[in-house]
Amino acid sequence: MKPVAFDYVRARTLEEASEMLAAGGGAARLLAGGQSLGPMLNLRLARPMRLVDIKRADGFRALAADDATLSIGAGFTHAEIEDGAVEDPARGLLRHVARGIAYRAVRNRGTIGGSLAHADPAADWVSVFAALDGVAVARSARGTRRIASGAFLRGAFATALADDEVLAAVELPLLSAGARWAYRKVCRKTGEFASAIGVVVLDPARGLARVVAGAVEAAPVLLPATSEALRDHGPDAAEAALAEEIARLLPHLDPAARRLRMVAVRSALRDIAGEG
Amino acid sequence: MDGMEAKGEGIGARVRRKEDARLLAGRGQYVADIRIAGMRDVAFLRSPAAHARITRRAKPANAAEAVFFLDDLVGVKPIVTRSSIPGYKLSEWPVLAAQKVRYVGEAVAMCVADTRAEAEDLAERVEVEFNELPAIASCEAGRASGAALLHEQWGDNLFLQSHFDSGIAPVAASAPVKVELEVSCARQTMHPMEGKGLVAWWDFRAGQLVLNTSTQVPHMIRAGLAEVLGIPQAIIRIAPPDVGGGFGYKCLLQPEEVAVAWLALTRKAAFRWIEDRREHLVAGANARQHHYKLVAYADERGRMLGLDAEVSVDTGAYSVWPFTACLEAAQAGGNLPGPYDFRAYRCKVFSVATNKPPFAPYRGVARPGVCFAIEQVIDAIARAVGREACDVRAENLVPASAMPYVNVTNKHYDSGDYPGSLAMAREMIGLDEFRAGPKRDAQGRWIGIGFATYTEQSAHGTKVFASWGLPLVPGHDQAHVKLTPDGALEVRSGIHTIGQGLETTLAQVAHEMTGVPLADIRVTLGDTAVTPFSTGAYASRGIVMAGGAVSRAAGVVAERIRAIAAHLLQADPAAVEFRDGAVHAGAASVTYADIGRAWYLRPDQLPDGVNTGGLEATEGYKPTTDNGVFSYASHAAKIAVDPDTGLVEILDYAIVEDCGRMVNPMIVEGQTHGGAAQGIGSALFEESPYDERGQPLASTLLDYLLPGPTELPRFRIRHTETLSPHTAHGFKGVGEGGAIAPAGAVVNAINDALRDIGARVDAIPASPARILAAIAAAEERAA
Repeated sequence: MKPVAFDYVRARTLEEASEMLAAGGGAARLLAGGQSLGPMLNLRLARPMRLVDIKRADGFRALAADDATLSIGAGFTHAEIEDGAVEDPARGLLRHVARGIAYRAVRNRGTIGGSLAHADPAADWVSVFAALDGVAVARSARGTRRIASGAFLRGAFATALADDEVLAAVELPLLSAGARWAYRKVCRKTGEFASAIGVVVLDPARGLARVVAGAVEAAPVLLPATSEALRDHGPDAAEAALAEEIARLLPHLDPAARRLRMVAVRSALRDIAGEG
Repeated sequence: MDGMEAKGEGIGARVRRKEDARLLAGRGQYVADIRIAGMRDVAFLRSPAAHARITRRAKPANAAEAVFFLDDLVGVKPIVTRSSIPGYKLSEWPVLAAQKVRYVGEAVAMCVADTRAEAEDLAERVEVEFNELPAIASCEAGRASGAALLHEQWGDNLFLQSHFDSGIAPVAASAPVKVELEVSCARQTMHPMEGKGLVAWWDFRAGQLVLNTSTQVPHMIRAGLAEVLGIPQAIIRIAPPDVGGGFGYKCLLQPEEVAVAWLALTRKAAFRWIEDRREHLVAGANARQHHYKLVAYADERGRMLGLDAEVSVDTGAYSVWPFTACLEAAQAGGNLPGPYDFRAYRCKVFSVATNKPPFAPYRGVARPGVCFAIEQVIDAIARAVGREACDVRAENLVPASAMPYVNVTNKHYDSGDYPGSLAMAREMIGLDEFRAGPKRDAQGRWIGIGFATYTEQSAHGTKVFASWGLPLVPGHDQAHVKLTPDGALEVRSGIHTIGQGLETTLAQVAHEMTGVPLADIRVTLGDTAVTPFSTGAYASRGIVMAGGAVSRAAGVVAERIRAIAAHLLQADPAAVEFRDGAVHAGAASVTYADIGRAWYLRPDQLPDGVNTGGLEATEGYKPTTDNGVFSYASHAAKIAVDPDTGLVEILDYAIVEDCGRMVNPMIVEGQTHGGAAQGIGSALFEESPYDERGQPLASTLLDYLLPGPTELPRFRIRHTETLSPHTAHGFKGVGEGGAIAPAGAVVNAINDALRDIGARVDAIPASPARILAAIAAAEERAA
């Protein structure tokens, strides 16, 4: 399969990318690493009139930190995160996750921003973003919007980005020294998208305890009761709350699929318990 | 005896592959690398419906010379594969569907443009309307009464039903142990790294239609194409370039190949079609899908007394050419008894036409399925009698003392020690140590060990293929060998190289016979314009047939070299030796170049009465038996099953294989690794499911999982060499074997692991979903 014909333009800056996107009136798409969009073009599932290539555009590779947050430009690749070229605000979680994304060839090109904007429910960054309760920084000629993870991730392949908005950066909390995290991905083979993801982040100093079930054929699901049990009573209590909450919050999955998500989250909780 | 590695460059030497200098450096030339001025690209519009009548077809405006329907292909006949088997029903496979489509992906229109993308744009603009019919998406549906018919004139959906009974009734009535089970194998596709593809063009100078097609069987394709196009073979040249894997898929005459050849023939220009991965997944290369109902009879010790089997093969919509829709059934019914010694066997085989792409012979042809099935039977008998499965297996294998052995389906096992091979595999995998230790690991996973032993009929010959009713039966393979004026050796064979190392192994055989250094031997394969006839590379026949022919032709040339050398050296021909890259008699020697020079340039130096055939010969070869020669192996797998996720990790994998005399142990190992990787794909990963409407559910490699390097174990291989008494140098075939046993061994290991919780998997691939379902079913039974 070869793509339908499209126009190709290369943006010099983030602002120009936003203008080009807006000019496309919904028929233009951004091309960053192209690791998901490329196959979709070839399969003719994606048929944009225009591709706006932002790989070399200025403005997507800024790093900025304050006391509580690190802002990572959307254009950083998985490989750069894996290699530590980007400081890891989550004390190793990002590097760990990056190392497990697809294959190195994909990681060399795929970007964190591209992955989040594509919002494949089985993609790693989508679940991590939800677990860290990150903030998406969206830019357009109309200005800048900062959108929390829960509002940003609307469903499978659906985000809160408007047709003219460009994902410029993601803001992630700087975890404190005593923070713990665990990430479990169930995968049939190396490099495939996940069948189930469980992420646990516990940062008592920041009052942060979030347990997320990912790869659920929809936006990742925060498990509030399990998270609260984790924060207040620890991993064992969280595990005790887990099965009921998974059943309640993932009714759209069949029992075997639900169980697999439960297993992924439970494994992550046990990893946390093992460290504690 | 254990495999002996030879020094030097001849038979038995572990030399590096000659072809790797280009293949590993990215300098192979495959179909898609070929550029011809003015060449245009072809895309096919394919059916979105599994079973439907075509009610309307319309070309886009101004596309009369760019879009072609069947009606445009004047003179092209449908692909019809005749068979001499009584009761076999013929299918007519139109090169493009015109009245009816019978599977999703069937080609309906051929679209031509300057680029593939534009050809696909054109295909989107062709209008075709369908009136959908009920789809037959399984053997069960196809055999149900009142089922919709794929080929109305048949009256049912059976290509063939065959029945064999050696006399099961007395055993069924008296056997103390009876075991019943049903097992099934998923539909798979083959996935050579390079898919199918071809460039077809008209050679004005030669007056020939030339096909640079990715094929394993160039001389057969020439015959088949001539028949379907209705033109003489003389005006067809099949010149395959490098072929990036075949696995059986490239043994077939493809409708796309015929259609694109017709374009080149009638337009006298160059056209190409390159199969993409999606076409491969949904429209081609279907294989493996069997269902077995099995009843086995045994004594109290688990000694097998008889087997009663019903096999259904989900054969797809049409018969492939030339291997028919029934090769699979013949192989399944004939090979199910495998390496086991029992005399009562009944087997019914149903080859059911379904609304899926046609079934093709894939590496192992039916034997991965039958091996999986019979190995499940052996383990089930062991469970029933409460004994170690490996012991029961060993006691049921044909013993070495019984060789040569004719089994219940009249297979002639020529040589080997099957129980010896199993015993080595048992020791390598450490069964006895494992049985004495824990069954779960630190992570709570269940551990198990499983075995499978198989025989592989390889290089089966004229009578065997004739008995399968094929339209094209192999006879003698031919090879041509020539010493050049400067003392190099040219070897030509009509078999083709598909990545299996024949450029090296055939050169090793020629070196063995002539002593010409390997570096000076050039092997040319496949091109019908310059190679003598061979039916091609399939049925694990290359080294036996082409190797035998090269051995014979090189032997003839060697004797002529000897005669000329004796004259030049003034020695007795019997005193002439080939060694160290030269021709010696006592202390004196001449080079191969001296001999070449004498024949071609200085005939004044030749002896009187020199053989007028010169320094070249074409010779034909087949083994002294047509029954095939039986390679065999035992595989042992040690695995861990995670009961929470259903994921399986292969912890260790041991293979003890015997393919007779090895020409190059490294290449044997490469073949075994590759085959075993595909077998593990069958065991754990690969599956092309269809829904009840006949829609394929795996249309990309996201859905169709191929094992990658990290999913595969480090295969540990041990060789034994039991020479065949029937072949040149004692060769047996090795191309397919690796793929046969893994599903049997891995699933037996999984079931060994799950035994304590009473769960059993009976279908491959043993996916997490199937394993978790088996565990859940066991828990339910226990509750």
